[in-house]
Amino acid sequence: MFVPCEGGGPDLQGFTLLMPAVSVGNVGQLAIDLVISTLRMTKIGYFYTDCLVPMVGNNPYATSNENSVELSINAEVYSLPSKKLVVLQIRSPFIKNKYRPFCQALLSWVESSKCARVILLSSSHAYQRDDEQLLGTPLRYLLTPALEKAVGGHMQELKWKEMEKIAAYPGINDAEKVLHIPGGGITKLLFTESCSKGIQMAVLLKFCSEGDNIPDAFALVNYLNEWLQLIKSKGSHSTDISPEQEIPDTSSQWKIPSSWRLLFGNGLPPALF
Amino acid sequence: MRGALRGRGRGRAAMATFFGEVVAAPSRAGVDDDEEEAAGEALEETPEDREIRRRVEEKREVAVRWALPAGEAAPGVAPEPLPCSRFVVAVGHNAAAFLSSFILDSTCWEVVGAVKLWNEWCRTSNTTNVLPTDSFCLFYRLISDPTVLLCQCSCYVAEDQQFQWLEKVFGHIRKEGLQVTILSTCPVADYKTQESTLTLPSPFLKALKTKEFKEQVCCPLLEQPNIVRDLPAAVLSYCQVWQIPAVLYQCYTDVIKLDTVTIEAFKPLLSSETLKNLVKDVSESTKSLKKLLTTNENHNNIYI
Repeated sequence: MFVPCEGGGPDLQGFTLLMPAVSVGNVGQLAIDLVISTLRMTKIGYFYTDCLVPMVGNNPYATSNENSVELSINAEVYSLPSKKLVVLQIRSPFIKNKYRPFCQALLSWVESSKCARVILLSSSHAYQRDDEQLLGTPLRYLLTPALEKAVGGHMQELKWKEMEKIAAYPGINDAEKVLHIPGGGITKLLFTESCSKGIQMAVLLKFCSEGDNIPDAFALVNYLNEWLQLIKSKGSHSTDISPEQEIPDTSSQWKIPSSWRLLFGNGLPPALF
Repeated sequence: MRGALRGRGRGRAAMATFFGEVVAAPSRAGVDDDEEEAAGEALEETPEDREIRRRVEEKREVAVRWALPAGEAAPGVAPEPLPCSRFVVAVGHNAAAFLSSFILDSTCWEVVGAVKLWNEWCRTSNTTNVLPTDSFCLFYRLISDPTVLLCQCSCYVAEDQQFQWLEKVFGHIRKEGLQVTILSTCPVADYKTQESTLTLPSPFLKALKTKEFKEQVCCPLLEQPNIVRDLPAAVLSYCQVWQIPAVLYQCYTDVIKLDTVTIEAFKPLLSSETLKNLVKDVSESTKSLKKLLTTNENHNNIYI
């Protein structure tokens, strides 16, 4: 359930909810970190749930000693009212058998808070691509029927590739196609639930493998930016954006949060050499 | 149990290593392919599968027993929540032993509750007369000030049990005027720092506090990118969400078993607002620590 930091809670009617799936390479979560850090979003509440492994730490987006002592937990909500954007960040894996309860709790919050649409950032195992998927862009999108009507055309203009369906029984019956997102965590479940509830949801995902997934996160967040225009990308001509809107300086691009230090372990013991 | 659940058998994710053997590909994201199938096929579970799942959940249920004062309400009626001004939770053997050595004694404190649970790592002891090396979770109340509660939790509470523990324990405690202190330990190898952990002077203490906690902390705060997990994290998260002042003291140590050096690393807390009025006599503490050492030695001896 959503618990606001203070007061009765903000009005999220008409907002876009951006959230990650806990998926291969944690790419969605890394991309969300970049969005929150770059847009300097404010924390407005927590998503209190028994579905995620508990964890706490100090402010992952700290920029100074003063703001470094704010406690963060495993699922928090940030907002940027000027862009009608609300972001849910998930920082730990799901507990066994808790996918479905989490999806239900999340979608029920989406409906009760009257968010306009949900954008899910995710990833899928690169090694499970078929021959055609090995060529061209590793980025894909999916739209629920409710959102297809609104933005389907825009996706065509952007020349984005829709996530292909695969045969349910390969080699036996190629006619029946199903959606298969290996390594995508709750992506498929959340997407199919949104379809059946008529919720406007888009999934943006990247094919990747475990490893240094920082470049994958940048690719995914730039993909998102092509659509949402959260920051001015290099070489773009956005003359229709008014001066009042807060768009960070082009030269800074996406800001890496301070918590991305030491992603691959500590310093080496001197006795090794 | 997994074998009993029928799946479409799409095949596990696999990869070949340099030696040519095929292994299941692990993922940092903690995503299990079976989970995805299970989520999609939960609706196709047979009554048999459901029954097995229900029995496992029942076995893993966390039961909290509270001692009822004389003349309490009839059975079946939920007992009244305990008024509480200070709640100190010690998670792990060393933190629990710190409370035993420096705070707890049989004259000033009484047992008011116990947690009974089972998981793959431990089963809680059935008695309240426990050894420092046993697995147990007991609640104590200060007889002279019944709003002061202590919890020693040396059993491992699994991730699917932590939320239950939280709701059942905090559900029985009044939150008005409450302040929580959590003590816990973890391996120094988990500490992320620019230097190597081999050069760090362990054991050492680091703290995390909720927004509402305004008192002085007894040691430096835990820097990013370090995090805390498990039950201590669950308790601190609960306090942060529900705006309860709370502080967590994490002791990074290179000894995993019961160890007096690790226990003594918590000593700076004895001068904190929460604990300074609860500290035992120095001679008592020394006796308790010595007793701990001998008990520990006996249990660690694998030779007759």
